[in-house]
Amino acid sequence: METVLFILFGAIAVCGAVMVVTRKSPMASALYLILTLFAVAALFVLRQAHFLAAVQVIVYAGAVVVLFVFVIMLINVPEDRLPVERATTTRVLGVIAAGIFILESAVLARRFWMPKGPAAEVGTVETVGRALFTDYLLAFEITSVLLLAAVIGAIALAKRKT
Amino acid sequence: MNGPLFDIAVAVARIAVFFAFCFGLVVVMTWVERKGAAYIQDRRGPNRADIFGIRAWGLFHPLADALKFLFKEDFIPDNAHRLFYQMAPMFSLAPAILAIAVIPFGPDVTVMGRRIALQIADLNVGILYLFAVSGMTVYGVVLAGWASGSKYPLLGGLRSSAQMLSYEVSMGLSLIGIFMVFESVRMSQIVAGQGGLLFGVLPKWGVFVQPLGFILFLVAQYAEANRTPFDLPEGESELVAGYHTEYASFKFSMFMMAEYLHMVVGAAVVATLFFGGWQFPYLRDAGFLFPGGSAVAVPPALVLLLRIGAFVAKVLFFAWLYVWVRWTVPRFRYDQVMRLGWKVMLPLSLLNIFATGLILLLLKK
Repeated sequence: METVLFILFGAIAVCGAVMVVTRKSPMASALYLILTLFAVAALFVLRQAHFLAAVQVIVYAGAVVVLFVFVIMLINVPEDRLPVERATTTRVLGVIAAGIFILESAVLARRFWMPKGPAAEVGTVETVGRALFTDYLLAFEITSVLLLAAVIGAIALAKRKT
Repeated sequence: MNGPLFDIAVAVARIAVFFAFCFGLVVVMTWVERKGAAYIQDRRGPNRADIFGIRAWGLFHPLADALKFLFKEDFIPDNAHRLFYQMAPMFSLAPAILAIAVIPFGPDVTVMGRRIALQIADLNVGILYLFAVSGMTVYGVVLAGWASGSKYPLLGGLRSSAQMLSYEVSMGLSLIGIFMVFESVRMSQIVAGQGGLLFGVLPKWGVFVQPLGFILFLVAQYAEANRTPFDLPEGESELVAGYHTEYASFKFSMFMMAEYLHMVVGAAVVATLFFGGWQFPYLRDAGFLFPGGSAVAVPPALVLLLRIGAFVAKVLFFAWLYVWVRWTVPRFRYDQVMRLGWKVMLPLSLLNIFATGLILLLLKK
């Protein structure tokens, strides 16, 4: 049962991701991105990482993609006026990089295929919270300082008179 | 019945009952809203629809409205992005339906020797699921605004996305205090934690231990639900009808259903987190136990009924509060909404977390 669900949601995630980069309309890309994020959240749930799944949906699908959509709406370029992409060296390089990535992930998947047995309870609210506030407290606090710096930087940029 | 069959039957029964309750309340709320508006404005309100001459105080109006929506022309404007235009109402309604799943409607009951939680899913992440799902609501509004291919809906969609993002922050932070006091994010445990007494007299409800958190959460919730005084995304004096200006027929009624379902679910969440959910004041499993020491024994079946009744009554009150506020408080200006969200609500909710932490620390010593 778990394997069936894993393959199902994995396939949805991969197909969604492919659609994100191939769609012409930016809004369609954004919506496929939401689909992919949900499928990945479902994969987290399958590994008992409920907290990660919830945070994935709250932060990425609920906030980050909303900002994308917000920008798409503000710019609101009609589909026939979108710039045409041409096959350039970057594209060729991109295909090569994608090939290497797929090979690498195949090798990794062979070594770390779905672990057998029930997943350890590492992704619940309690365990994640305890880990963040004991073992990883320093990293956690430093990250928050980093975010604060980013917020102050954003305000400074927005307030700058041009 | 035994084993998996029993579990499936229980799951289906729970979903059916809660679903019916919430949607039934949605239908009733459309009537309550119109009637409430009428009485607050010193009118009589809808009272013409009748079946065989029975008018029942206009209670048949929701039925007539539903029929009217079904038989209207399903119109798609030429400028609209057809697919997204049709998806938007679904994006609006689906999160509202999903949110029902984690609300506990009553205490655990024992049926045929099995304990059954009166809650569709008692998730480990509890309230975080609710945040995740309600965060999706914004897509319905934004997509509707963008896909209509018209200016007023676009403005409404933009306003709504900015507003919902802003208030989601204080909404999340205002609940941290509740998590700290009841030491859980599970809905069932938060409700169970509210069964005790505060100073031996007051029920230990969220509103008494987190008064500031309650006010912040309620305000943030009204902003999230796009209800007056925060209904700028559909402010009719400026934007015709905002994001759903171009919608007609059943698609429009899906937006309406989503709005009322949000009210019902929102009322249920406030009742659960801040007013004890299904807890009836001073009612224990065996019966009433009043602060003076006097006790009244109550049979278990009646205890169950009283508790579910308490939950329903609380939900009805907060659903009514939405209507009451809508027809009492005038709409904010947009810059006022943003200022309130970022410069008042956010600092206050952070302050609430610090104060709660300090008090909990002092109490532990």
